[in-house]
Amino acid sequence: MNETLSIRANIMKVINIDKEKWASGVESLTSTYRLFGPVKEDDSHNFKELKKGELPDLAYGNSKLSPKSAVFPPSEAMFTYSLDEKNENHHILNDVKKDYSPRAVLGIRPCDAKAVSLVRMNFDTKEYRDPYWMDAFEATTFVGLACDNPCSTCFCTSTGCGPFSEEGLDVLLVENGNAYIAKALTAKGEKLMDAAGFKTAGDDSAIAAKKAAAEAKITASIETDKLSEKVIMDLYDAPIWDDISFSCINCCTCTYACPTCWCFDIQDENKGLSGVRMRNWDSCMTPLFTMHGSGHNPRSQKKQRVRQRFMHKLKYFLDKYQKGIMCVGCGRCVQQCPVNIDIRTVSKKMNDYVAAS
Amino acid sequence: MDAYITKIKEISERLLKDGTVEAVIGFRQGTVPTMSEPCMIKRSDDVKDLVWDSNCRINLCNYLTNRKEKLAIVAKGCDSRNIVTHIIENKIKRDQLFIIGVPCKGMNDKNTGELQDNCGTCTHRNPVIYDELVGDLVEEQTDVDKYADVKKVEALSSDEKWNFFNDLYSSCTRCHACRNACPLCYCPTCFVDESKPQWVGKADDAVDIRTYHFLRAYHCAGRCTDCGSCEAACPQNIKVRQMTKKLEKDCSELYGWEAGLTLDERPPLDTFKVDDREDFIK
Repeated sequence: MNETLSIRANIMKVINIDKEKWASGVESLTSTYRLFGPVKEDDSHNFKELKKGELPDLAYGNSKLSPKSAVFPPSEAMFTYSLDEKNENHHILNDVKKDYSPRAVLGIRPCDAKAVSLVRMNFDTKEYRDPYWMDAFEATTFVGLACDNPCSTCFCTSTGCGPFSEEGLDVLLVENGNAYIAKALTAKGEKLMDAAGFKTAGDDSAIAAKKAAAEAKITASIETDKLSEKVIMDLYDAPIWDDISFSCINCCTCTYACPTCWCFDIQDENKGLSGVRMRNWDSCMTPLFTMHGSGHNPRSQKKQRVRQRFMHKLKYFLDKYQKGIMCVGCGRCVQQCPVNIDIRTVSKKMNDYVAAS
Repeated sequence: MDAYITKIKEISERLLKDGTVEAVIGFRQGTVPTMSEPCMIKRSDDVKDLVWDSNCRINLCNYLTNRKEKLAIVAKGCDSRNIVTHIIENKIKRDQLFIIGVPCKGMNDKNTGELQDNCGTCTHRNPVIYDELVGDLVEEQTDVDKYADVKKVEALSSDEKWNFFNDLYSSCTRCHACRNACPLCYCPTCFVDESKPQWVGKADDAVDIRTYHFLRAYHCAGRCTDCGSCEAACPQNIKVRQMTKKLEKDCSELYGWEAGLTLDERPPLDTFKVDDREDFIK
């Protein structure tokens, strides 16, 4: 009973959205919000800014790339500058004007929303607040869509998440026949529901059974229970990495598809006498990621790079924040890795590893 | 397939036990139904892990580059042609290798489960170089039009070609899986990774993305075996072979050349002849 009470205490409102009113509600949002949502392209879905009149295609399993791009674009201009010494303000960085007006991501999956809250730990710390990520994050309302039909590669129930997880969401939509049951979980979420004109009080009693049914469909899992007790250097030096990394081709597929990978590179792009300072997604899989100005590369070998990716996700993050692993179980890396390196297999090897005494 | 697997295990076990090789490069069971994982087996006890199925689409020659030890490698037709190219280009020595040849009837597309596009027009299913075969040679396909799709692009107007290639690469994230899955791409530092000075921009500029794809393809001219690893590796399902196939076709028409068939001749763009028909090179 206590559990039920505490869950209910977090819900600000339960609203019933008739599917027939969904399109007009989304239309109403466009006067206040820039909208992002899953869009079908060829054989897969990706999150894009919706064009006028375009609806998010909510009949999707898992987007090819995660929706992290809504707050963390693959390439983003930070500053502009002039190299023309005749120009009064030459060699001075000028902020690029950004649009941080309210935006909403419609139909984000619970795993991807939890990923946003994990990434926030990196971009919003006591020492530093990343202005680009945080300004975009604060401008965004996350409207989640519960997963009734998880993919075969989904393992979110063993990552502290789940197909109906509410972490990181402002609204959770649960499909229920001809309607969505909407749980407005935050003030931001309530505001969006108001703006859409979704006001009919709903009943969330159907959710528990749906949640249990969806969770039961997830049979894959990741073993992480012993990772926190492992000594970092034991895992680092474990003789498992040659075998794990052998097949890796060091592409960036896993890191770019991953909703919790946040690394970026800063580049100056000059054209003639003017330039733009960009920040672009980067990947720990590439040798250039750790190349020093001196030419020395502390991770010149493939094994070191593969180890870094898994140690970061499954050990360093876990130890640093004590909030579980930096993986939400979306399964994109498992589905897309060209050589079938599987984080679940790697985690099991780490979890099972016992250092020789 | 089962007979192949038994034979692959048998040969591998023998080679590891008698010390002919230090390791065997092959495939092991994948964790998802459409994938098998390249692996290196070092202990004869582990040969049980080796598999062979229609998901062994990644070109294993990619894992040979600059290795110094004695190795056995499981090689289907296209892998064997890349091994030939690797030997010509001094990336591996013939006497380091024990090539376990696999006559191949084609790999399955990881998305559709149907025969992979390049396998449908493959005319070298049998390994061209090997030390031992795992089964009888298969019949080679002869009545295939390898370049039907290339001809379609060739027939387009300039504007149409421009749009075609713009669309083709529009979903590219520059993860470089196509490059990294390719046995031909072994430069110590790829031109796109040069940082002193930097050659190519890193942002999502379409010109930079196309520059990468065009140059990658040109580096493969006369060397590409159309093994399809690049396309199989692409997480965005971009038809990256459109460009390499055009160059394969050109090499075939201009020089009568097919890559990786013989150790005795260097690829056309890697050699010089005094009777070259072009004046500029004399």
